[in-house]
Amino acid sequence: MKIAIIQFGGSNCDMDVLHIFKDILNVNAELVWYKNKDLSGYDGVVLPGGFSYGDYLRSGAIASRTPIMDSVKKIANEGKPVLGICNGFQILTEASLLDGALMTNSYPKFICDWTYLKVENNNTIFTSRFNEGEVIKIPVAHKEGNYYNTPERLNELNNNHQVAFRYVNQKGHLTNESNPNGSVENIAGITNSKGNVLGLMPHPERAAESILGSKDGLKLFLSMVDYFSNE
Amino acid sequence: MEYYAEVTVQLKDGMLDPEGSTIKRALEHLGYSPKDVKSAKKFIITIESESIDKAKDTVDEMCRRLIANPVIHDYSIIMREA
Repeated sequence: MKIAIIQFGGSNCDMDVLHIFKDILNVNAELVWYKNKDLSGYDGVVLPGGFSYGDYLRSGAIASRTPIMDSVKKIANEGKPVLGICNGFQILTEASLLDGALMTNSYPKFICDWTYLKVENNNTIFTSRFNEGEVIKIPVAHKEGNYYNTPERLNELNNNHQVAFRYVNQKGHLTNESNPNGSVENIAGITNSKGNVLGLMPHPERAAESILGSKDGLKLFLSMVDYFSNE
Repeated sequence: MEYYAEVTVQLKDGMLDPEGSTIKRALEHLGYSPKDVKSAKKFIITIESESIDKAKDTVDEMCRRLIANPVIHDYSIIMREA
């Protein structure tokens, strides 16, 4: 198993993700600069957080149109796992690999804070290590994380169990106060209809070791490793 | 011929526009009472084409493929000769 962590100009969480896979999980992962278009030989892809292309035009818009994204789409179409964290989530929606859009936070300010998430669907490549309904603690750091979609498409996402995570309070209740950015229906992360592409605004790689204050995020990466070992 | 395309991109009606509403509040602090303020982005594209219609078609395609996000944006294009 070999995982590609794509680096765009302005990616800044790439090393953190590499650290999780290589140092903590002992998994073969490599940084891939966006100009290397060939992703054959990789079994999965991570689009890490950051500010690709300075968030010009819209967050993720420029990165989503780079040629390497054609290879990422190919990997996604082959059913291999593609994970987008924060800016990676924005890139995946801009690339139409995930549905909807990430808009400026309802209170238009950069937020860097802990959030609680409810695991809505533990039946995916990325969430199998969690219990359904489990409440986990993972931080967010963004200004454009306000998930939006039309009521019709939201219905479809809900009916297909594509909502993976929602913002909740510590007790697991969906409240306005626990929604950091105004996301519709408190949505923090979604998958595509096949379930092999996940995007989420919170940063699981920043909550993957006890020293960081939470290691709940590690289960997401462990779920991916399980998937590869069971393949 | 060379043409200028003035592209304006704004959030669809009814969508939350925090920048617009923040500017509206600030205008109110100055004593104005605007009914509504919407933020928008403008791009000016210079393009060479056989005709103004063909140039507009190309710019429209650019809007659909990159400049606007169809999920959240409306856009308008004003063409003129350079």
